[in-house]
Formats: sequence, C-alpha cells, structure tokens
Amino acid sequence: MIHLEKFSLSNGLRVVVHEDHSTPMAIVNVLYDAGSKDEDPNKTGFAHLFEHLMFGGSVHISDFETPLQMAGGENNAYTSNDLTNYYIQLPAENIETAFWLESDRMLSLAFSEKSLAVQRKVVCEEFKEHYINKPYGDVWFHLRQMAYQQHPYQWMTIGKELSHIENASLKDVKEFFFKHYRPQNAILVVAGHVKSAEIKLLAEKWFGDIPAGEKYIRNIPPEPKQTSPRKKEVKSTVPLDALYKCWHMEDRMSKGYYVADLITEVLGGGGSSRLYQSLVKEKKLFSNIECYQYGTVDAGLLAIEGKLVKGVKMEDADKAVEEELEKLKRDGISEKELTKIKNKTESAIAFEDMSVMARANSIAFYELLGDAALFNSDRDKYFAIDAEDILNYSRKIFDINNSNTLYYYGEK
Amino acid sequence: MVKNKKSEAGKINRSITPPIKEPVDFDIKLPPCEKVTLSNGVEVYMVNMGAEEVVMVNWAFIAGNWFEQKKAVASATNYLLKNGTKKKTAFQLNEHFEYYGAYLNRSCHSETAEITLHCLNKHIDEILPVVAEMITESVYPQEELAIYSQNSQQRLKVALQKNDFVAGRLIDACLFGEKHPYGTYNNLEDYAALQREELSAFYDQYYRNGRCVIFVAGKIPGNLLEQLENIFGKLPLRSHNSPEKEIIHALEPSSQKKQLVINDPNGVQAAIRILRPFPNRKHPDFQKVLVLNNVFGGFFGSRLSANIREDKGYTYGIYSYILNQVRESGWMISTEAGREVSDATINEVYKEMQLLRDEPVDEEELQMIRNYMIGTVLGDLDGPFQVIGRWKSLILNGLDEDYFYKGIEIAKTISAEELQQLANKYLQPEEFYELVVV
Repeated sequence: MIHLEKFSLSNGLRVVVHEDHSTPMAIVNVLYDAGSKDEDPNKTGFAHLFEHLMFGGSVHISDFETPLQMAGGENNAYTSNDLTNYYIQLPAENIETAFWLESDRMLSLAFSEKSLAVQRKVVCEEFKEHYINKPYGDVWFHLRQMAYQQHPYQWMTIGKELSHIENASLKDVKEFFFKHYRPQNAILVVAGHVKSAEIKLLAEKWFGDIPAGEKYIRNIPPEPKQTSPRKKEVKSTVPLDALYKCWHMEDRMSKGYYVADLITEVLGGGGSSRLYQSLVKEKKLFSNIECYQYGTVDAGLLAIEGKLVKGVKMEDADKAVEEELEKLKRDGISEKELTKIKNKTESAIAFEDMSVMARANSIAFYELLGDAALFNSDRDKYFAIDAEDILNYSRKIFDINNSNTLYYYGEK
Repeated sequence: MVKNKKSEAGKINRSITPPIKEPVDFDIKLPPCEKVTLSNGVEVYMVNMGAEEVVMVNWAFIAGNWFEQKKAVASATNYLLKNGTKKKTAFQLNEHFEYYGAYLNRSCHSETAEITLHCLNKHIDEILPVVAEMITESVYPQEELAIYSQNSQQRLKVALQKNDFVAGRLIDACLFGEKHPYGTYNNLEDYAALQREELSAFYDQYYRNGRCVIFVAGKIPGNLLEQLENIFGKLPLRSHNSPEKEIIHALEPSSQKKQLVINDPNGVQAAIRILRPFPNRKHPDFQKVLVLNNVFGGFFGSRLSANIREDKGYTYGIYSYILNQVRESGWMISTEAGREVSDATINEVYKEMQLLRDEPVDEEELQMIRNYMIGTVLGDLDGPFQVIGRWKSLILNGLDEDYFYKGIEIAKTISAEELQQLANKYLQPEEFYELVVV
C-alpha cells in the first residue's frame, strides 16, 4: 500500500501527491486525457505530433530543455491511443522548476511555425524508422483496420499515413491545444521526496490561475460486436511468414480485462507457457510466438503472433494455434498453472513498484481511470480470479466470430 | 479593492526562472557495497537497500566471446544454460522459475557471460539450488541445440533486413577487425555449424570450473549469504580475478575509412555510424571526454540533437557515446536519418566537431552540462539495482569508488579550455570510420 493525497484546483486540475522519502528525487508527471482516439480520422497521428510540439517553447519560456537540465532534471513523454503523458525527474530541491515549466506550457504554447515545420519532419522520420523501414512494421496498421470498424483504435498512434502529419497546420495545433490541453482535462502527479503541504502551495501558485477552458466531452462510437470471422492476407519482402491473430476483449475496468491479462500469461508468458512449449519446442512450427494484450482503456484486443519455421504452411500453423485454444476452452487450466500466473503477477507488480517514476505514471493512469487509489486496490482483482473465470472467458473471446486473422507472407 | 490587491500580490512572473540549488553543489554519495568472499574464492558484492521484498542476484562468469575458439559458441553456451540439466528438461527449468514468479535471464558479452535472477525474497530458497544445478549439471541436449540453431538463423534473417542492425555489426568490425571479439559477428552458417560437444567443453571450462563473481542487490534476506556459501561456495568455481593465461586477440582495423553499404534498395532511411578508436576507462582522458561527449551528443539536450533533430528535423534521434568495452573502446556517433538527408546529416556532425575544436564551450552551456550530469547520477542512484550496476561496472573494469568520485569531480570542475584541447585531440574527422547503410 502506498500513501496518496488528492485535491483539485478551482480550474478543475486534479492533483495527486505520493511522498517517498527514500529517494532524493522528485517526479512531476502531467497526464492529459487526450490520445489518438480523440483525433479526426482525416488528421491522424496528431496527438503524438502534438506531444513533440509541447517541447517547442511555451508562452513565457522559449526553451524547455535548458532550464530543466540546469536544474539537474530529465524528462520525456509518450502518447498512446488513450492519453498523453509528460514526466520530469529532478532533484527534489529544484521541483519548482518543473512546476514553472509544466504550468507555462499548460497555460499556452508559443505556437511557433518553425517548431511545427521541424517536428513534422522529425515525426515523419520516426514513422519511417519504426513502421516503414522495419520488417513487419506495418502489421498493426492492417490488424487495427480489420479489428476496429468504428472505434478510433483502428489507427495507430503514429497515424494512418505520412501525409496526415505532413499536412498538419498551425491552426490544427491551436485547436487541439485549447480543446484538450486544459486543466480540467489534466492530472498532475507529484511523487518522491516532497511534502504534500508544499505541493499544494506550489500547485496553486503555478497552475491555479490557468483558465479552466471548456470541458471536452468525448463522444466515441463503441465498436459494434463482431459477428463473423475476419481474415486478410498480405505479401511483403520479409524473410519469414508470420501469423497474427487477435480477438476483442473487454475494457480496462471490466473483470474480463484482468482475466484476459492472465490468459496471455497462460498462453504466452515465458518458456513454460503453452504456446511456446507446444508450438516452438514440441511441434516446431514457430520460431517464436507471443501472446499479449494492449491494456487500452476502451475495449481492447488480445493478440497472438508468431513467425513460422521456414517450410511450415500457414494453414497448419494457424490450425495448431486454434488447437491450443480449443484445449484451453475445453479443459481450462490446472491449479499449478493458476498459482504460477498469480505468482508471476505478484512478482511483476513488486518489481514495477520499485521505481518512483513508474509509480507516478501508474498513479496518473489510475486517476484517469477514475481514482488514483485504484493503484492500491486494482491488483487485488487479479488475485480474485479463479480457474473457472479463465475457462469461461476463454470460451467467450476465443470464438471464431470474434477472431481477426492476418496471414503475413514473406518471400518464398 | 482588497480582492484586486490580493491577486496582484499573488501574481507570478512566469518569465523568470525559479531559483535552483545548483546540482554541482550536491554532495553525492555512492551507497556502500559489502564484499564477502566464499570459501572457494568467489567474491560476492552486496548492496542492501530498497523497500520491496525483492532481490536480484547476478552471476558474472568470465565466459564471454573473448574466450571462444569458434564463433557463436560462447553465446550459445550461455543461452542454453536453461535448456536442460541432468535432472530437468528445458520445460521443467522454465516452469520452476516461472512458478515462483522469478525471472532468470542469460546474457553474453565480450568478457563476461551472465545469469541474472530477479525474484521475490520469499521464494529464493526454491530458486538458488536450481541455479546451481544449471551451473554444475547442464547437459546441452542435441534437440535443444537444433532448435536454438534454427531459430537463431531465422531471427538473424529478419534482423539483417534492418539497416541499423547491419550498420551496428559492420562498424564494430571496422574498428576492431572482424576476427576480434569486439568486432566479430555471427553469420547464418556460424549457427548452423554449432556442435554439442563444443558447447559442453566450453561449459565445462568456463562455467562448471570457471571464474565467477556474484552481485546481489535489493532488500537482502538475512540468510542469503549463508545460502550462497552453502550452495555456491563449495563448487569448483574460482574468483573472477584468479590468474589464467591471457588470451590475446590482435586488433585489425579496416584500412577503408568510409563505406557505403546497400542493404535495402527501397529503404527510406540511412543508418549512419561514425566511430573512432578510444582508450579504456583507465586512461586519464576517459572521464574528461565523458563531459565533452555530453556537450557533443550524449543526450537529448546535446549539440548534435539540438542541431540535427531539433533545428533541421533530419532524424528522430542522434546520439554519441563511448563504447562499453573493457580493454579498448571507441567513440561513436549513431543515427537513422532520412535517406535524402544522410549526406547533410554527416556534414553537420563534422561541423559540430569543428565547432568544438575551434571555440571553447561557453560557461552557461558548460554549467548546464555539469548540472545535467550530476542530476543524472543522482537520479541513477535511485534504487538497489541501479546502485549495484554502478559498482559492477567499477569492479569488472578493475576500478574502485575513488574512480566514481573522481568522475563527479571532473564533471564539476573541468574547464572549457581543457574540453577544447580534448576536442582537438579526439574530434578529428580523419580518425573516424564512417559507415552508411541504406
């Protein structure tokens, strides 16, 4: 259990403080409730491009990095389908520098043409590096398109295509900022060697006078239930054939999320997992195989992917995966497997909690989900799951009519 | 009126930087590391800190690819440690560790090859004897080797499509020579040629009867040392420092300074690597150049990034760094840049070198670099695993904590003049190998 203190400012900014005096450092984490799911389908990749622009100078501060480095700090940020998160780590004595920097860019950006022109190029290079110039880099463009027909999870955070980023204008940037980057759409988490009382004063001082702005009401169409199997084939210049399958699962706050997460451990978590043992080691159909889920806020996907051993037929590999799923749906899991995946979960949580930065990130995410205090209680949900839950949920999601399959063929 | 007055008084001036405590004024202490020697001479280094009931144990064997006589043997021997003992199959080994939520990883480097355990304290009793079993009774089943060989070849085929992967292999070979352990890389046929007997022999010499050092960090259970002594202290292992006939590998740097490799004719990016030889950590310039490297390209706020990413937008990232090798090192600049701007990128790198040679770093920039470096060290010492990492690097390089403090002192005090001298000594374009893979 960790100790948390929560309060809100009159402009709607939510603040959570987590004191940990075992470190000399402080973390200032600002999460904005805006991700690529909030984008216009014709202007995708924008939330992430915007993240880059947040470093291009704000209304009173032309250079974000130098004063932070002067204070001995480091920072970074990431964008997902659901959110954008910015975090600073610096010596706790200098925490006010972080408040100064973060509050000024929440107040307003500088909206510089030059910064936009450069970051458009930088993000295009990022796009090329990770999705074009990389074998199998386009796989999830295909899979998301197939699995989501309504919901904006159908595009990647990087965007659907380079042109959407190339065409981003300063007008778009301003609109996005005033729509999404307002205090009532943000969560500030301060963690480390800090005192709650002081953080209250600092938060009021630096963030208190930022106008609340208009409340953004999210209106995203839920993904309709999939009613028939979907399948696609792609040919590429990669050396090995690869198989990708995914199934719709429940949203982050539903019980099904936790069950699905444990199912990924049964199937694909490590050298003793079912898919690895059966399909890589015993049947030798795949050279590697993984099972994972995306951890999205709205209803997400559970995926299995693997590269085929040269000479193995795609249909045979697919059938072997299906057989493993049938086995799970028929027989469920053993007590030993259940203990194993729970021990693994307990261990993963303990190691993750060691870093105060990771804790600050998680606290912000839980506050986004509804309450920072979930940090302490959420994990218990894993331990309440039994073998019956896993059996039932595997029957529910591993349904042929809920399946999306991509045959990704390489060169012969 | 009163209301107005109050809000005036509370008004803050956002154009002024809040006062800071200069990180260079911080007094940094490396948390202590206790050394104990087991009865067979194996040294154990322990950092006992942290709030979570977890522990990390790392066994570093002097069994890196420096010691192999045939390519790929050291890494295969290391990887397959977990694929079968006299008593357990690969599946049973994996299941054992995973059942207790333990992570058991292997890694093979140039000098050392390692086993690393992360585990909840409450399960450590179940785990340590099985690690000992891997060190004493691994059997290298033929079938496991066959799967490893096949899958390694498949992985390599995919990796070879990536320009950055190809560039990373070739640039090391330019500097050290393809036959030198620091420059060598494995080809498909090297995996295909692996023989079970070679792995067993390597295992016998470098693990079962090998030289080893153990690092432990976390909230260390009270009886752990006793357990290490009982389980590992009587094995035929020796200290990592115990004398052995030195194996010499000659450096064979490439005679060609510039290379262009066409790997992916339709690719949209070029992998650029620019590398020069550089001495090891014991050279008096080493820690000084770490400061210069931070000015040049060591982090996001460095000149290379400010110019080539943040001003020109040629790349998603560009960095420079000193290679992490023990005996001989190198100074590298590394980036993936748009194919059509790769020449322009390289030109800018050399321009930045010239600027550092021609002009002293101004005081404000240097102060920023000093503060950043100290802040980073402070942040890096956050937690037992980071602290043992610092100690391990010192110990494996034959250094002690004085070296750590000297590095901090240098970062705090080195002058702009001295940095300029170092730039003139080392940042000479003609001494760099330049490789572009497109």
